[in-house]
Amino acid sequence: MSSELEGFEMMKQGAEGRLFRGAYLGKPTVVKERFKKMYRHPDLDEHLTKDRIKAEARAIVRSKAAGVRTPCLYHVDFNQRRLYMEDIVGSVTVKKFIKDSLIGCSDEEAMVKIKPVAYEIGSIIGRLHAHHIIHGDLTTSNILYSLSESSKIVLTLIDFGLSHIDNSAEDKGVDLYVLERALLSTHSNADKMFPIILQAYKKANSQESKTILAKFEEVRARGRKRTMVG
Amino acid sequence: MVIAIGFEGSANKLGIGIVKEGVVLSNPRRTYITPPGEGFLPRETAQHHRQNALIVLQEALEEAKIKAEDVDVVCYTKGPGMGAPLVSTSVVALTVAQLWNKPVIGVNHCIGHIEMGRLITGADNPTVLYVSGGNTQVIAYARKRYRIFGETIDIAVGNCLDRFARVLKLSNDPSPGYNIEQMAKKGNKLLKMPYAVKGMDVSFSGILSFMEERAQGLLDSGEYTPEDLCFSLQETIFAMLVETTERAMAHCESSEVLIVGGVGCNLRLQEMMGIMCSERNAKLFATDERFCIDNGAMIAHAGSEMFKHGWKTPWNETTCTQRYRTDEVEVIWRDD
Ligand SMILES: Nc1ncnc2c1ncn2[C@@H]1O[C@H](COP(=O)(O)OP(=O)(O)O)[C@@H](O)[C@H]1O
Ligand SMILES: [Mg+2]
Repeated sequence: MSSELEGFEMMKQGAEGRLFRGAYLGKPTVVKERFKKMYRHPDLDEHLTKDRIKAEARAIVRSKAAGVRTPCLYHVDFNQRRLYMEDIVGSVTVKKFIKDSLIGCSDEEAMVKIKPVAYEIGSIIGRLHAHHIIHGDLTTSNILYSLSESSKIVLTLIDFGLSHIDNSAEDKGVDLYVLERALLSTHSNADKMFPIILQAYKKANSQESKTILAKFEEVRARGRKRTMVG
Repeated sequence: MVIAIGFEGSANKLGIGIVKEGVVLSNPRRTYITPPGEGFLPRETAQHHRQNALIVLQEALEEAKIKAEDVDVVCYTKGPGMGAPLVSTSVVALTVAQLWNKPVIGVNHCIGHIEMGRLITGADNPTVLYVSGGNTQVIAYARKRYRIFGETIDIAVGNCLDRFARVLKLSNDPSPGYNIEQMAKKGNKLLKMPYAVKGMDVSFSGILSFMEERAQGLLDSGEYTPEDLCFSLQETIFAMLVETTERAMAHCESSEVLIVGGVGCNLRLQEMMGIMCSERNAKLFATDERFCIDNGAMIAHAGSEMFKHGWKTPWNETTCTQRYRTDEVEVIWRDD
């Protein structure tokens, strides 16, 4: 049975779970609860949920070690299916940041604001991949934007439920492809952002970027070629 | 009052439908059914469509109680689909258009499904799960396009089901998927198999080969019944579809889901999607086999939307194409 999260308030319902905001050991905390999904078979639900909590907890720690900012992990409660992590106070999703940047601005003006963020996205994914961490669900909803005290752009990567460790170019190529598609379907200026992301990616993951980008092109071509019958 | 006639033959169904301002006047259809263990091939399917086209056309006109001169526009499926069946059907549409001296519109099959689903259910701006024998896509509308957020990275869900039905030698009448659905109702033991969700994308080929390799052994040992295997397959692949749909909904902040395409008439899939929706205060829209399964009215309806917004396919572009992505079409008839 899931117990009440005392002092926490529901923040939003994400793709996989519900998010609550409150304090844990005196620190601003976000709790992500992967509640029982009644639509799927209980065994399947149990098994997927365990896997995802494990994957997320591991990748949060690993990514931090790779120099990618993630929320600090405070506590894992498998019974309640909950992850307790640092609340990135004052953050918005990169999706919201991009949408807001476009309001009342020309595309060119907006791009001035968005460009450094795009560059930073490429850098963090490059670092992630250099350490063989595959995120698995790269979208602009899963990157948080905030400003440091000195007004520098800080991006925090979240939502690692589908992540895994793999050193193959294929998985890294697919990771980039997932991001490109998410950008293209969500943002009108994606075509301008993605080249900047790739440029930064190459710099941050210089060793492997050639092979990975070749793989990425291949995955992309496969997508376009897919026959669709009926 | 625009009256449109639509010709659909991209796969193994031949359908001709007549629609007047969103009202379906007639929508007859014939399905090419192959023996158990066999899939449908382009040549034979095209032949089936040719053999039935004139009978179905006559039925459509009679049932709608209209005459050829009442028709304002002739619509046909341009793609995606199987080459030979597409062409065999479009030839009939183009001939009719010439005889009757009417304008022609080539329609994207997927857009036909989406617009028909919106018309029948009244869904306004839903996240769309499009699931059929040849397609698996999670789609949402933005900026004049139906954008693909997720899709299969290999085979379509319907193809996976059909091919598994062949392993079990299930009947293809009325459809392999329908027979799997009936069997699954009697199964209850869940077999663990690969679960392949990548972001908003899914993959079914690994699951299919897993099942193809193991099915016989699992049945022979008596560990699982054919019903259990149907149950397990459905529970797993439908969970993947519901999960990716939910991911797209969260990303797009959407609170409506519309299921279209042949696999969409599966009641277990509808039930699972309905539960997911109720868990996030969203609303599910689905249709029954009349409109989920390929039909002519959906092509007529989508075509008449295009026609009313000034579109006509120039005669030298009235071709067919096997590959035709949903997001290639500019949605001129929506202003949101
Ligand atoms: N640590 C955090 N700090 C602040 N906001 C967060 C944090 N984690 C998640 N969020 C917010 O909650 C949303 C959903 O979280 P996410 O981990 O992506 O869950 P889901 O898997 O359900 O999508 C994010 O898009 C973000 O807006
Ligand atoms: Mg998320």
